[in-house]
Amino acid sequence: MTRTILTVDDSRTIREMLRATLMEAGMEVLQAEDGMQGLEVLQGARPDVIVTDINMPRMDGFGFIEAVRGSDQHRAIPILVLTTESVDDKKDRARRLGATGWIVKPFDPAKLVNAINRVAA
Amino acid sequence: MDTMAAIKQTFFQECEEQLAELETGLLAIESQQVDDDTINAVFRAVHSIKGGAGAFGLDELVRFAHTFETVLDLLRGSQIEAAPPLVKLMLRSSDTLADLVRYSRDGGEMDQARVGQLHDELMQVVNPVATPACAQSAEPHAGDDEAGGDDPEAFFPVTVTFDDLIGENSDDDGQIVFNVWFKPKPELYAKANDAAKLLRELRALGEADIACDRSDVPLLSELDPEGAYLAWNVRLVTSAGESAVRDVFEFVEFDCEIRIEAEPSVEPDFEFTPEPVAEIGPAEAPADSPAIPQAVLERLAEFAPEQAAKAAAPSAGASPAQQAQTTIRVDLDRVDRLIDLVGELVINQSMLAQRVTEAGIARLSDVAVGLDDLEQLTREIQDSVMAIRAQPVRPIFQRMSRVVREVADMTGKSVRLITEGENCEVDKTVIERLTDPLTHMIRNAIDHGLESPEERVQAGKPEQGVVRMTAAHRSGRVIIEVSDDGSGINRERVRSIAVDKGLIDADAQLADNEIDDLIFAPGFSTASAVSDVSGRGVGMDVVKRSIQALGGRIAISSRPGKGTAFTLSLPLTLAVLDGMVVTVAGQTLVVPLTAIVETLQPKNSDVHGLGETARVISTRGAFIPLIDVGRELGYRDCEADPVGSVAIMVESENRAQSALLVDGIIGQQQVVIKSLETNYGHVFGVAAATILGDGRVAVILDVDAIVAGSRSDPARSEGANRKRNAA
Repeated sequence: MTRTILTVDDSRTIREMLRATLMEAGMEVLQAEDGMQGLEVLQGARPDVIVTDINMPRMDGFGFIEAVRGSDQHRAIPILVLTTESVDDKKDRARRLGATGWIVKPFDPAKLVNAINRVAA
Repeated sequence: MDTMAAIKQTFFQECEEQLAELETGLLAIESQQVDDDTINAVFRAVHSIKGGAGAFGLDELVRFAHTFETVLDLLRGSQIEAAPPLVKLMLRSSDTLADLVRYSRDGGEMDQARVGQLHDELMQVVNPVATPACAQSAEPHAGDDEAGGDDPEAFFPVTVTFDDLIGENSDDDGQIVFNVWFKPKPELYAKANDAAKLLRELRALGEADIACDRSDVPLLSELDPEGAYLAWNVRLVTSAGESAVRDVFEFVEFDCEIRIEAEPSVEPDFEFTPEPVAEIGPAEAPADSPAIPQAVLERLAEFAPEQAAKAAAPSAGASPAQQAQTTIRVDLDRVDRLIDLVGELVINQSMLAQRVTEAGIARLSDVAVGLDDLEQLTREIQDSVMAIRAQPVRPIFQRMSRVVREVADMTGKSVRLITEGENCEVDKTVIERLTDPLTHMIRNAIDHGLESPEERVQAGKPEQGVVRMTAAHRSGRVIIEVSDDGSGINRERVRSIAVDKGLIDADAQLADNEIDDLIFAPGFSTASAVSDVSGRGVGMDVVKRSIQALGGRIAISSRPGKGTAFTLSLPLTLAVLDGMVVTVAGQTLVVPLTAIVETLQPKNSDVHGLGETARVISTRGAFIPLIDVGRELGYRDCEADPVGSVAIMVESENRAQSALLVDGIIGQQQVVIKSLETNYGHVFGVAAATILGDGRVAVILDVDAIVAGSRSDPARSEGANRKRNAA
């Protein structure tokens, strides 16, 4: 079964890297530029895993995680958070809001795929 | 690796955008327009650059961006204030960040001392106010203050391995036995983690005996569907170390109770009653309530089939949605190819129209009407395609604010740059080629135009000088003005320099504007000593030439004590041009419409000889030089008879009028510009060529060159001869 991953990041570079990495691993990739657009994409799709950045315009990763977890339809989708810092407070806040796991940027492609496989159903 | 190279290119493109965003934000902060959105945007810009740079291992860039970001984070958290010195520091940091990005892209050696110094200054902002909350990023180690931000470990994760610590627990064959007990809390499931997945991972590490502890499961009437009641005992025999086992629980360590114990090589003294779980896999992990085992679901189904169905609903049936796209990136070559094709279409369409007319088809016939529609459509397509290439001048304006800062620093002058009309759109090529001329004009405005702060105060002006850069659309052209509120052009000095350099005779009578125009003369420079700032080997003559090469004009106006203004008038596009089609000595020529003021049919009495060869035409009480285009271009030797010819009054960039004598006017037409220089070579008096409706090639006149050429003609000055010989 091909896994579909929704990537939410305002950086085109990171989006492209995620796309390349995930497609290489045989996954399908949906993209959004911020939390708001992420929610829009979710209206028409049911990804297996969401990978989201924290710092984004309009709706940041925290808001996005909260919104996904608050939705009956999508709350069971695993969410991995991309953080630049291995620092705990952002990761902790994301975790408290419902993030399933996290990946530290710059991410190692193998680790990313591994983390996705880990949380995906 | 192609993909990586492409992504790297994307990264650098994005960096440029982020840098522009950063600068805009910092400038807004500088002008006291501080709001959270701006500060967040500024922070995000640096953060994004850092993130991408990290992905490509651009360590130097990461390090600087990181420290810069730390300062911005403090600002964001209102831990420091955006006082002017700090804003200045941040603007300089943004410039350096831009340099680092460019060096990372293009290679070359960065001025390490400058980066280092700036880095230290940023660290000084970080350190005095560092609190545990912000120490996250800057990580100022005790006794290691200035190097704190240089430490890559301040930001990159460190993997700690415990494997060595438990070496004595290994079996002979390197296998260790772990007893793992874990009991998920409801939060674990709420975060879309799943005990089943954890068990799956444990099993991947080695041989696992898994037992489910159901002792806490309440009666069905008391069962909370979102509750978590199950616990698991796992006896894991693995050659992986303890850290690998702990890693399995990395994401859930706070959301479950967990014990991991390595067994001594002897038999376990740890008590548990294994109740083997049949199969653990995706099928048993229903999306919505993973806490409920299949057996429970089945039983539940007997009582509440709907809920059970919902709880067990598979995650299938979703189709990927199209991402809401607002922009696409297209290779410029493709756009240019499209523009070329549309150009051909325009030519083709006008050829077709001409054939139809020649065939004597009535204007109201279906064919002619259909052709009119086609013309309309063609025009619209052309406009739309041109709009693809159009870009706002904003990026180049933003770049100028850096130039202003640098020059202000170098000259010790205080300068404020005011920009207006950044959204004005111009052809991409025009924008690209405007950077150098504008940079030079801004440098000039600050270096030569503005007075020193002391002089300004003496003159009763505010200490801070103002350089204003505006862009606006005016009658199909874009007008860019660079002005300063300095002392204006020192005409006496300009004049004496021009005399010294032999540009004019000592007794020449020149009007004010003619003196001002002297600064465009080749080799002219008012700086008595070539300064660091303006004297980069180019003068205003180079600026003028590059503007003219774009089909633009430049004019200067200056008021003593009030300031100087340079006005650039540029075509919106370099691909088409509205022209007047004329005939000269049997040749068809196109005169750009923008240069034409009026046309008239001279009478014999209007034309007067002046000296041996020159003629003037009197119109509206003024004498205007008459230029015989046919002779200038070498189409004929003898002078044309003005009577029966048409005089086209043109205005060159210094607002001087001339009359071009041509044989007749065919009409007015939009023509597609085909470069002659690319395909053939430069020809004096010719700007480019085009293909007319009847398929004939016509040259487009370079009005300014012809006017300039004819003016220097009677005097036979050196410059004119050189120009002609070159042609």
